[in-house]
Amino acid sequence: MFYLIGLLSVIFFALAINVISKSIKLNKSLAANENTGEALDSSNNANAYGMIIFWALGTIAGVWSFMVAKPDFLPIAASEHGLRTDSMFWISMAVVTFAFFATNTLLLFFAFKYRYNKDRKATFYPVNHKLELIWTVIPAIVMAILVFTGWRTWRDITSQAPSDAVVIEITGHQFGWYVRYAGVDDNQLGNYNYKLIDETNNIGIDFTDKHSFDDFTATELHLPKGKPVLLKIHAQDVLHSVYLPFHRVKMDAVPGMPTKFWFTPNMSTDEMRAKLGKKDFNYKLNCTEICGRGHFGMAITVFVDEPEDYAKWCAEQKPFLATNPTYLAKVPDNLKAKASKYIPAEPVAVDSAAAPAAEAVSVN
Amino acid sequence: MSTATSHAEEVHTHAHDHEHEHHELNFWTKYVFSTDHKTIAKQYLISGIIWAFIGGSLSIIFRLQLGFPEMQLDWLRPILGEWIDEGGKLDKEFYLALVTMHGTIMVFFVLTAGLSGTFSNFLIPLQIGARDMASGFINMLSYWFFFLSSAIMFSSLFIETGPASGGWVIYPPLSALPQAMPGSGLGMTLWLTAMTFFIVSSLMGGINYICTVINLRTRGMTFTKMPLTIWSFFFTAILGLLSFPVLLSAALLLIFDRSFGTSFYLSEIYIQGQALPNMGGSPILYQHLFWFLGHPEVYIVLLPALGMTSEIIATNSRKPIFGYRAMIGSMMGITVLAFIVWAHHMFVTGMNPFLGSVFMFLTLIIAVPSAVKAFNYITTLWKGNLIFTPAMLFSIGLVSLFISGGVTGIILGNSALDINLHDTYFVVAHFHLVMGAASFFGLMAGVYHWFPKMFGRMMNKTLGYIHFWFTFVGVYMVFFPMHYIGIAGFPRRYYSFTAVGNDGAAAFTDMNAFISIAAIITFTAQAIFAWNFFYSIFKGKKAPQNPWNSTTLEWTTPVNPGHGNWEGEIPAVYRWPYDYSKPGSDVDFIPQNVPFSATKSSNLPEEDAEIAKEKDIDGLLGAQNESYNR
Repeated sequence: MFYLIGLLSVIFFALAINVISKSIKLNKSLAANENTGEALDSSNNANAYGMIIFWALGTIAGVWSFMVAKPDFLPIAASEHGLRTDSMFWISMAVVTFAFFATNTLLLFFAFKYRYNKDRKATFYPVNHKLELIWTVIPAIVMAILVFTGWRTWRDITSQAPSDAVVIEITGHQFGWYVRYAGVDDNQLGNYNYKLIDETNNIGIDFTDKHSFDDFTATELHLPKGKPVLLKIHAQDVLHSVYLPFHRVKMDAVPGMPTKFWFTPNMSTDEMRAKLGKKDFNYKLNCTEICGRGHFGMAITVFVDEPEDYAKWCAEQKPFLATNPTYLAKVPDNLKAKASKYIPAEPVAVDSAAAPAAEAVSVN
Repeated sequence: MSTATSHAEEVHTHAHDHEHEHHELNFWTKYVFSTDHKTIAKQYLISGIIWAFIGGSLSIIFRLQLGFPEMQLDWLRPILGEWIDEGGKLDKEFYLALVTMHGTIMVFFVLTAGLSGTFSNFLIPLQIGARDMASGFINMLSYWFFFLSSAIMFSSLFIETGPASGGWVIYPPLSALPQAMPGSGLGMTLWLTAMTFFIVSSLMGGINYICTVINLRTRGMTFTKMPLTIWSFFFTAILGLLSFPVLLSAALLLIFDRSFGTSFYLSEIYIQGQALPNMGGSPILYQHLFWFLGHPEVYIVLLPALGMTSEIIATNSRKPIFGYRAMIGSMMGITVLAFIVWAHHMFVTGMNPFLGSVFMFLTLIIAVPSAVKAFNYITTLWKGNLIFTPAMLFSIGLVSLFISGGVTGIILGNSALDINLHDTYFVVAHFHLVMGAASFFGLMAGVYHWFPKMFGRMMNKTLGYIHFWFTFVGVYMVFFPMHYIGIAGFPRRYYSFTAVGNDGAAAFTDMNAFISIAAIITFTAQAIFAWNFFYSIFKGKKAPQNPWNSTTLEWTTPVNPGHGNWEGEIPAVYRWPYDYSKPGSDVDFIPQNVPFSATKSSNLPEEDAEIAKEKDIDGLLGAQNESYNR
């Protein structure tokens, strides 16, 4: 509603200018030649005043709209690097807002002040090297500072993930995300191959790799709070892009080229819920690279858990092999024994070999 | 028999007297397959205006969806047919098609062909003092290739599977695999075909512009006496000549991948229950090739607008442009840097982060020449005597939009900050202001300023003012709030924001509606321009020879210049194009063709020395005429 009022006021403003310039035209002697400049004064002044009115209304509208929108923009950063980029964002924003405001003010103010006056002659002022040097050097220095701080942050964000990072694989497809965890036993993701994809094994987990046996998949993303997380990102069909708005994480998912992004979530879902006062709040993972019809709906829910909750959740998950024992057939013979321990015992089987395996699963 | 002979003789002598204007043109050779640069320019302009209305109306349709997601759009069914689904909603794939075609049309067909095509063609010969382009025939071909391209692109809007829908950047694999979305079928084939012809057209145009500027300048028109418009067209043509072929190669490889089973961009793809055999390609390769054109394209769109604005601001401030050489230098800097910043569009594509650092440094360097230009414009206004013609208003608007859109580039060019803002509405707001709206304002400024030269009539000033204020206020109302939506992390090319979650969409419902209303008003206001433009062509007030009291050569031609531009000799040039309000002169402008020997009272000390060179300049007349008779 506020916006509509703002909009209407601007429309009336434009109409007012219209009326002013029209009446000027009527009042002025029609005989005046457009070319002499004599007829210019009134409509010219109206446009000059338009510039200064635009400046005034624009400033008010800019500040006011900023205040109105502020609670809703730039969500609270929920990752360690996010805090850094946010403070840099606001510093850069302050610098550019200053430049934006100062230059636009000068532009519109000069336009107003130096409007045509037939008694005045423009100043012939073609060049001033000193002035030009100043305003080449100052932006260059400001840029250099911004670039340098930006580069340091970028270098840290894109550095090698710590070796203890929790590795999670996320695979984009039309239109959703598959999440695979490295499993609680070896904490290593097994290989995958797009040619192994079928309706059940929709990531294409390669069961000739022993690291795959304890891997489990999920339809939501769980992250431990305060621990570095390394996302290994794939795409199956077209480009997608992993976007965690609260965590300031974005990285494209590219078919045929694995990408990665590591970060440290620093606020659990519960803490964020408390902070925002929204009980049903949930982090989301969205897609930000156009991927087709369902692009806009390609989201999954993200939970940031306290480390112990995270460990508990992981332990509750069943390895893919456990839920889909038929894939044991794909395991090479020399690894069958290792893989079998993830296969739940048949209810009828009571032999001693199966019992520990079943136990292991239940503990897991 | 005898009458026929005498008639022929008469025609012969007649043609001899005015050898550059009358070639017994019929309707087809005069208005359709014309080789006259002025006619070709008008063809480009009118095509560009038509495309602008098409491109704009597409954006209005998707703004309805974004601003009013609940709205029943059944009333659009007569136009859009099946693209409005049974529930009265816009089809989700067609939404993407709208976004894609809006971008394609606006970037290439309006702001490249409509802007550069129009004004490079129109102004280069007129302002450098040439009878026509270096090759009128290639120039004509250039337009007709553009027309062919337009026809193909336009036809793609009407096919059953819809036009290309993968975004104007048409990233593979989405654009390479017809099974990924319907728009990647025939629509994409047509897109690629159309763009191929478009590139051919723009290369023909660009070669012509470069040759003409280098070879056909009138006597005395040294490079340092060229108006900034010509400098900007020259740099633009160089940018296009070097970067468009790269887009062509990107498109060709994509065509191979689509139709001939190659794997330049495809690898390890599993789609629709099928694993494709393609291995070893890289979608990132396409992105590099695309943006190698894509980024210079920004300046292809922007530089002509900046050049024309320099001219218009100087003329209507009655003041020389401040820092003429700095303006050339900054354009040259932008031209060079434009080629080495492309990967700032790719910070989060998985490209090596070290490469990201390099491109961040290079990108932020390009802000310096851009800032210099903005400061120079502002200083040109300082202590001027400003006449607010519609062209001047649009030029001031351009400077404002160029700054407002440019400053956010400093944020987006910072790779660490780009992580969060990439592909959000912040980017949309940024480039629409800095290249979309700013260039559009340049286009409008150019039309208002050179309309009298194009059609021999004046456009209505009052309508021009109204058009300006609606557009200027409107553009800010559309794109300023969009930054907020972007900072909030709303991704672009989203049909709706339902999946953003946590009432995120609700927070900006009002603002999205506001933007849509502002867009509709701004778009509607363009009708004022269309009316003014077409009405004035036929019924506008007759133009005087030099309506803006400008110094450049185009205003020394007759009000309605014929083929060949000048009836007698082409004027010589003795001075730079910005002698406005020169101290000691009793007129406030001294045209470029006035020798220093005629203005002794206003000459600067170093200019008195130029008088001696006038003889040399005049002595070149014979050689110049000779060159046209070869």
